[in-house]
Amino acid sequence: MAFDEPAELEAFRAETRAWLEENCPPAMRTPMKDDEIVWGGKRETFKNPDAKIWLERMGEKGWTAPVWPAEYGGGGLSKAEARVLEQELRRIKARPPLFSFGLWMFGPALLEFGNHEQKLRFIPDIVKGKTRWCQGYSEPGAGSDLAGLMTKCEDKGDHWLINGQKVWTSYADQADWIFCLVRTDREKKHEGISFLVFDMESEGVEARPIKLISGSSPFCETFFNDVKVPKDQLVGELNKGWTIAKRLLQFERSSISAGGFGGTGGSGILGPEDYAKQHIGVDGEGRIADGDLRGRITDHKMYAKAFALTVARSQEQSKAGQEVGHTASILKYAAAKMNQDRHELLIEALGTEGLGWEGEGFDEGAMKATRGWLRSKGNSIEGGTSEINLNVIAKRVLGLKEHQ
Amino acid sequence: MSFVLSEDQQMLRDTALSFAADTLPVAYLRGQRDAGRQGADAASREQLAELGFYGVLIAEEFGGSEFGMVGMGQILEALGRTLAPSALIQSGVIAASAIGMAGSEAQKSEYLPKIASGEIVAALALDEGAHFAPAQVATEAESNGQGYTLTGGKRYVPNGHEADVFIIAARTFGEAGDAHGISLFLVPADAGGLSVQALNTVDSHGAAHLSLDGVTVGPDQLVGDADKASDILVPVLDRAAIAQAAEILGSVQAAFDMTLEYLQTRKQFGQLIGSFQGLQHRAAKMFTDLEMTRSCVAAALSAVDDGAGNISELASLAKAKASELVHLVSNETVQMHGGIGMTDEHDSGLYMKRARVQEALWGGTSYHRDRYGRLGGY
Ligand SMILES: Cc1cc2nc3c(=O)[nH]c(=O)nc-3n(C[C@H](O)[C@H](O)[C@H](O)COP(=O)(O)OP(=O)(O)OC[C@H]3O[C@@H](n4cnc5c(N)ncnc54)[C@H](O)[C@@H]3O)c2cc1C
Repeated sequence: MAFDEPAELEAFRAETRAWLEENCPPAMRTPMKDDEIVWGGKRETFKNPDAKIWLERMGEKGWTAPVWPAEYGGGGLSKAEARVLEQELRRIKARPPLFSFGLWMFGPALLEFGNHEQKLRFIPDIVKGKTRWCQGYSEPGAGSDLAGLMTKCEDKGDHWLINGQKVWTSYADQADWIFCLVRTDREKKHEGISFLVFDMESEGVEARPIKLISGSSPFCETFFNDVKVPKDQLVGELNKGWTIAKRLLQFERSSISAGGFGGTGGSGILGPEDYAKQHIGVDGEGRIADGDLRGRITDHKMYAKAFALTVARSQEQSKAGQEVGHTASILKYAAAKMNQDRHELLIEALGTEGLGWEGEGFDEGAMKATRGWLRSKGNSIEGGTSEINLNVIAKRVLGLKEHQ
Repeated sequence: MSFVLSEDQQMLRDTALSFAADTLPVAYLRGQRDAGRQGADAASREQLAELGFYGVLIAEEFGGSEFGMVGMGQILEALGRTLAPSALIQSGVIAASAIGMAGSEAQKSEYLPKIASGEIVAALALDEGAHFAPAQVATEAESNGQGYTLTGGKRYVPNGHEADVFIIAARTFGEAGDAHGISLFLVPADAGGLSVQALNTVDSHGAAHLSLDGVTVGPDQLVGDADKASDILVPVLDRAAIAQAAEILGSVQAAFDMTLEYLQTRKQFGQLIGSFQGLQHRAAKMFTDLEMTRSCVAAALSAVDDGAGNISELASLAKAKASELVHLVSNETVQMHGGIGMTDEHDSGLYMKRARVQEALWGGTSYHRDRYGRLGGY
C-alpha cells in the first residue's frame, strides 16, 4: 500500500503506539478467551484482572468510543485518527477492552437524539464500561412487526408508569439499565411509540432467563409491573420514539456485521478446512480429500473474503462521504449467512466429533463449535430476521413497492 | 488498496459510460449480428483507441497512458453494460501486458504503439480444449535450428477472427499438463501454415479456431524465455480474469437494472409484480451478491496497480464470484421478464448468451474456486 500520511497523523500514530506499548497489558495481547470477555456494568467480575486495568485505561482516554465527543467522555478523535488507533490496536493484537450494547447501539442513538443532560448523564459511563445496557424492543406479540408493541406507558404527572412485558431481552438479568420502547398512544401505531430508559433495579422490574438451544441463557423474559420512571428519562419527544428505534436498529445491524456475532466463534475452534483435513484426510497434494466438501468450504471462504472486502469498501466510502444507503441491512443479511454457513461446515467437517454436548470424550474446541453452531441459528433472527432485512433491501434500497 | 476512485479515474469512468451508452448501445451488437457480422467493426475500435482506452496499460514511451488497471476496469465495466464487443481484454490487457512485461525492446516498439492506437488487434491463443486449462498446451514448437516450427491447434480464441497478430502458447518442453515447458510466440495472422476459422458464436462476439500446420517462427518472435511462459502467463491471466470480471460486473448491473425496472412497471393480479415478496427477496439477494462482487472486483483491480502480493487470490475470487453472479442474474433476468424475456426482440437473451461466454473465458467459477482453495492451502 502506497500512501503518504500527513504529518499530524504520523505524530498521532507515534504517540498512540507508545501509549499502547506502555498501557496495554501483555495478557490483553493474547487471543480473547470466551469467559474473559468484558461486558462491564455493576456485575462485572473481571475474570482476568488485566482486563480491568485495560478497560480502565482505555475508558479513561475515551478510546473505547474513539470518535465520540470528548465533552461526553469519548475519545474526540477524527475518523482518520480513529483508523490509526484501530490499526495500532490490531498491530499489537489487542483485545477489545469492552463489549457493550451501550457502545454499539444505545450510545450512538443517544448522541443523535438525546439532550445535553442525558448525554452527560449516560455517555461517560458507557465509555468507561460502568453501566451495562440491555435492549427492550421485542414483545411476545411484536417481533418482526416491532411497531405492534403494547408495553403500556402512562403519564402520571411527575413520572411515567410502565406495565407490560418484553421478551428475548439479551442479558436483561446482567444489565444495569434498559433502553425500552413503550406505547404512549394506542390510537396510532408508529406515532404512538416512545423511547424510554430506566434502571433495571427499579421496583416492578423482573428478568427471567430463558434457556437457548445451545444450552446457555443469554436472554430473558422481562416483566414490568407498575414501574415508575422519572420524567427526564424520555429520549426525544413523546410519541416520536419510532425514528430513534429504527436508527438504533441500523447501528445494531452495522455493529453485528462489523464485529461478527457475539457468543459464537471464539478461542479453541479451528477452521472448517482444518477439521476437514484432520478428520477426513488429505489427498496426494495435501488438499482436503473430499472434493465436494472442499468445494463448499472454498465457497464459504470466498464469501467470507468478499464480505470482509465489502465491509472495508463501505467504511472507506462512508469516510469519503459516499454513504452507501442501507448497507446495514445488506451486511447484516450477509453476515448471518456467512456465520451460519461457517458453523454448518464446522459441524460437517467434524463428523461425529462435532456431535458432543458436554463432559469427557470430546474435544473442548469441537464442543464449542457445536454450541456455536446452535447459537448461530439466531443470527438470522436477532437484530431483525433475514427475511425482514431482505424486505428492507427490496423496499428501501431497490425501491420496490409494498403489496397492496 | 483503494475502493474510492480518484478524480481522474472517475472522469475516465464517466467518459466510458457515456461512450458505451451513446455509441455502442446493445442495439450496436444487435445490428452487427443482424448484418451477419460477429464482434466489432474497425470503426468502433478506432473510436475506442482515440479515447485512449487501448493504451491504458501501455507505457507512455510506447504510446500509452499507463493509467492502470483500475482505469481499465472502469472502461470494461462500461462496455459490459451494453455488451459492446471489443478486443480490449485480448489486445489492451493481455497482449499489452505480456509484451510489456516480457517482450524484447524490439517487440515492444513494434507492437505496443500499434495496440495502443488500435491499428492492430493482438490476441493470445492458449486453449486447445473446451475448458480453460493453461497447462494443457500440447501444440508443439519444435526447434529447427534457426527458430521453431509450430504444429497443433487452438480452440475458441476470443477475437481470433479479427486478430492481426497472435501470441501463441506452444510447448517447447515436457508434455500436456506440465506448467513448465511452454513458450510464447508472436505470429502474424497471415503467417504461412496458420489458418484461422472464424466462428459464429452464441453471444455474436465471435472467436476463431486456429490450426497450425508447420508455422515457422524466428527466435525474435519468442516472447520472454523459452519454456518459461508460465512466469508470464500467471500474472497476465490474472489480469485477464480480473478484466473479464470487471466487464461482467457491468453486464450484471445492466441486466439487474433492466429487471428492476420491469418489476416496477409490469402489473399482474392488479399489482406491480415487484410487490410480490417471492420476487422481492430474490432481487434483494441478487443485489447483495452484486455489492459483494463489486468489492471483490474493485479490490482485485486495485491490487494490480499496487503490485500487491495477493493478486492471484483476488483474481480468482473476483472471477469466480463474477461468473457465479452473472449466471444467476442472467437467468433471473429472463425468468422475471416472463414470456417477453424469451423473445429475440428483448435484450434479456443477449445478456444470457453473453453471460455464458463471459463465465467460460479465462476460467469459470469452478476453475477459480478450485484455484482459490489451492492458493489458500486446502
Ligand atoms: C439470540 C437473540 C437475541 C435477541 N436479543 C434481543 C434483545 O436483546 N432485545 C430485543 O428486544 N429482542 C431481541 N431478540 C429478538 C429478535 O429481535 C426477534 O426474535 C426478531 O425480531 C423476530 O421476532 P419474532 O421472534 O417475534 O419472530 P416473528 O416476527 O414471529 O417471525 C417468525 C418468522 O416469520 C418471518 N416473518 C415475519 N414477518 C415477515 C414478513 N413481513 N415477511 C416475511 N417473513 C416474515 C420471520 O422472518 C420469521 O422467519 C433476540 C433474538 C435472538 C434470537
